[in-house]
Amino acid sequence: MAAANTTENEAPLYTMTKPLAATNDFVVKFANVNGSGSASANGLFAKAVLRMGVPVGARNIFPSNIQGLPTWYEVRVNDKGWLGRRGGVDLMAAMNPQTWEDDVASIEPGGYLLYDSSKPLPASRFRDDVNVIGAPLTELIAAQFTNPRQRQLFKNICYVGVLAHLLGIETEVVKDLLRQEFKGKDKLIEPNFKAFEIGRAYAEASIAPIGLKLRRSDKVGDRIFVEGNDAAGLGAVYGGATFCAWYPITPSTSLAEAFQKYCNQLRVDADGKNRFAIVQAEDEIASIGMVMGAGWAGSRAFTCTSGPGVSLMTEFIGLSYYAEIPAVIFDVQRGGPSTGMPTRTQQSDILSCAYASHGDTKHPLLFPGNPTECFEFAAKSFDLADFFQTTIFVMLELDIGMQDWLTEPFKWDEKRTLNRGKVLSYEHLEQGVPFGRYRDVDGDAVPYRTYPGTHPTRGSYFTRGTSHDRDARYSEKGADYVEGMQRLLRKWETMKAHVPAPIRKDAKRRTPDGVIYIGSTDPAMEEALAILEEHGIHLDAMRVRAFPFCDEVFEFIRSHEQVFVVEQNRDAQLKSLLVNEGGVHPARLVSVLHYDGTSITARFIVKEITDKLKAGHAAAMPEGAK
Amino acid sequence: MTYLAKPKLHHPSLEKNTLGFTRRDYEGRISTLCAGCGHDSISAAIVQACFEIDLAPHRLAKFSGIGCSSKTPDYFVSPAHGFNAVHGRMPSVLTGASIAAKDLIYLGVSGDGDSASIGLGQFAHAVRRGVNMTYIVENNGVYGLTKGQFSATSDKGSKAKKGLENKDSPIDLVMLGLQLGATYVGRSFSGDKTQLVPLIKGALSHKGTAIIDVISPCVAFNNHVGSTKSFDYVREHNEAVNRMDVITPRAPIHAEYEPGELREVTQHDGSVLRLRKIEEDYDPSRRNAALAYLGRKAQAGEIVTGLLYVDPEAADLHDGLNTVDAPLNKLTDADLIPPLSALESINARLR
Repeated sequence: MAAANTTENEAPLYTMTKPLAATNDFVVKFANVNGSGSASANGLFAKAVLRMGVPVGARNIFPSNIQGLPTWYEVRVNDKGWLGRRGGVDLMAAMNPQTWEDDVASIEPGGYLLYDSSKPLPASRFRDDVNVIGAPLTELIAAQFTNPRQRQLFKNICYVGVLAHLLGIETEVVKDLLRQEFKGKDKLIEPNFKAFEIGRAYAEASIAPIGLKLRRSDKVGDRIFVEGNDAAGLGAVYGGATFCAWYPITPSTSLAEAFQKYCNQLRVDADGKNRFAIVQAEDEIASIGMVMGAGWAGSRAFTCTSGPGVSLMTEFIGLSYYAEIPAVIFDVQRGGPSTGMPTRTQQSDILSCAYASHGDTKHPLLFPGNPTECFEFAAKSFDLADFFQTTIFVMLELDIGMQDWLTEPFKWDEKRTLNRGKVLSYEHLEQGVPFGRYRDVDGDAVPYRTYPGTHPTRGSYFTRGTSHDRDARYSEKGADYVEGMQRLLRKWETMKAHVPAPIRKDAKRRTPDGVIYIGSTDPAMEEALAILEEHGIHLDAMRVRAFPFCDEVFEFIRSHEQVFVVEQNRDAQLKSLLVNEGGVHPARLVSVLHYDGTSITARFIVKEITDKLKAGHAAAMPEGAK
Repeated sequence: MTYLAKPKLHHPSLEKNTLGFTRRDYEGRISTLCAGCGHDSISAAIVQACFEIDLAPHRLAKFSGIGCSSKTPDYFVSPAHGFNAVHGRMPSVLTGASIAAKDLIYLGVSGDGDSASIGLGQFAHAVRRGVNMTYIVENNGVYGLTKGQFSATSDKGSKAKKGLENKDSPIDLVMLGLQLGATYVGRSFSGDKTQLVPLIKGALSHKGTAIIDVISPCVAFNNHVGSTKSFDYVREHNEAVNRMDVITPRAPIHAEYEPGELREVTQHDGSVLRLRKIEEDYDPSRRNAALAYLGRKAQAGEIVTGLLYVDPEAADLHDGLNTVDAPLNKLTDADLIPPLSALESINARLR
């Protein structure tokens, strides 16, 4: 890895720097203006690298804005498979004058700066230790295209052409992608390719070769390149969801849109009628209310939202807990609190979801670590919601939800059926199977329910958020209330064996140190563990994938002297939940917190853990020490 | 009260409807509302309406929010599933259930606090969507359960029991419903069963959003001199535009009145609404005319009751969603899980 010890903020000290040289291992970043059409060109670049058989991790860093504010696209090219953010930039395509200074400053010493040289810039705008590549993109495109919008868009494709030549991306790969992209809009293929070719030819004729190279490889395998929201929307289709009620909010909107897209493809009858329903509600409260109504009536229903939406939904979530109504909420987390950073990533809704609503409540949370798990957990969440008759949160993050990840292909067992849970049918009731809505018949604290309209005389009940007895009758008796609340706690215990188990990866050597983490931290953590190991630092690692935490999580903590808890929020919410639910001594858990809204990097984790280890073992510290 | 079991006695000579159910089969638990509460009269009217239109009791789904009115679904049609939602949010829950199980008849019961204050937004949007439901507002112009605060339907200048005067403008849910596109709009009075029962019958038979604003005086907190929702005030100021009978498709139609006095409206399910005109020029098929009429009468301090607007050809939310005929909650795994081959081709497209 190039210059692994340099942080992004250090000023360059070099005057004569050797140009960076690396094959299939570098970071390219594009700095653009939002709304200028750069996203498709940058995506084309990332996909072209993938088609060369070289893995990429791609991140779109975008503003809460439609047009005008700065946006970036960062592509990590790495054939070892490290696809988290590394930190630092080896080649910057600086196309946004607004952010020029910072963009230039972020380049690694010896790195490369590609800019539009149509207007000359004074030497003071560059850095001595960076290799400057000028390409007159505006001029080149203006000479060939007259339409202003085309000039704008094709300038982007033109720099992809320049990069393709410099890095060695095969032209045929790009051509294939353009054909695929514009299938059905064939007249767009030729001008796009022309723009690409203008850039490529210019680089061939006028730009000296650079040290960063792509070589065709076979490291991508059968993996797919997809965003988590898309995967979750598809998972909801396979999971049997028939109803989505939602209210637009970044970064969850594309999940509802994906559900719509896949339903249109997969759930429409020959006569054009839909085997699904989607309602854009007037707000998040109505969204979750509709989900509750549908879940109560026996349809698998979900909403997708982000932190502010969860805040609005909490009263209904409490009703779901207490009246035992199935619901699925996809919370695609963004930076909070309040409106916070709508287009930045965090893991900061853990506590607000785990304990959403007034009174004594808790709710299962699933933490997918990549889009493949978004698909799997989405499908599974509907089985869990139906079986346990409560709200299941699928906790995505912007970094998974809205970023394309190179991830394992979606899998489905054709023999799999939808587990509708404990539902009494007309036949059951007709045969005289006794029914009491909140009775613990099977000893697992999970009661039986009936759908409305099942039987003319048996099985009806009145659902309410007021206190009720085991037969759903209104009751203010303390004993009835306590019985119900105790059963809900036992139901919580039953869930532990049914939610996704943690994934444990032990160090090659026996070690007193462990690390626990969740969600999108996964790729950065895998890389960090490998780097730490090279430095002789060994850590047993556990990726927690669900709340309630199963016993294995607490055994892991107990069997280590100290456990780092790496999470992407300020207040160590995962740690709080571990301490609160497991009776863990807080001093055993050492927080590593990353919450500036960007994705966590391997460099950050390595530095934090190394520093904290130097400071000595937490277990040896006085109680209450951080 | 609720700890008491209601005696379940069926007298063999009780009248049966065509499905073989007696009126008792449509009853609920014993009410816990105050003796003489207008809401209990409305519950009784619902029982009679369901019985008379031959609705199998379990085909009804009952919804409510929070408040005195919202307790009532426990007091009628026990064989039906009921859902007591959170305050002001019943419309969304009912909407979700109706999307899941389109084969049931949906009845929402709410109050003026639940619908016009905390729940005004959900009320409005459920009406806009054309949810296939009957939505009854038991409107007493007061918060009963919290003992007598004004609600958003309290008239300007009306006085609370302790003498406080309401300074805020009232919300008229009937006019609002008309503006928002409700396709069956009526108003009635809890003390006028002969008008109320047919209105509910017509609403339950209506495809689309039916709203009925029922003035229901609160005997505890809003039935005193100075209140515009008291029994005496409503009786004195009630201006009925029509009286209605509902002929269900199964019952033979008797021509009881001279044609000149009648207007018949056939709804989608074949039921016939027979409107006996009281106001000469009242035509319930014109939305804007209804709004203008209501406005004129409100200015004169009159409470207009009757069927104020109906569109017998209305479309509902399911038409807009273009859902399959089978209820979504009855779709099988085969209907819902796409084949593996579809997943494989999606994987291929993502490479």
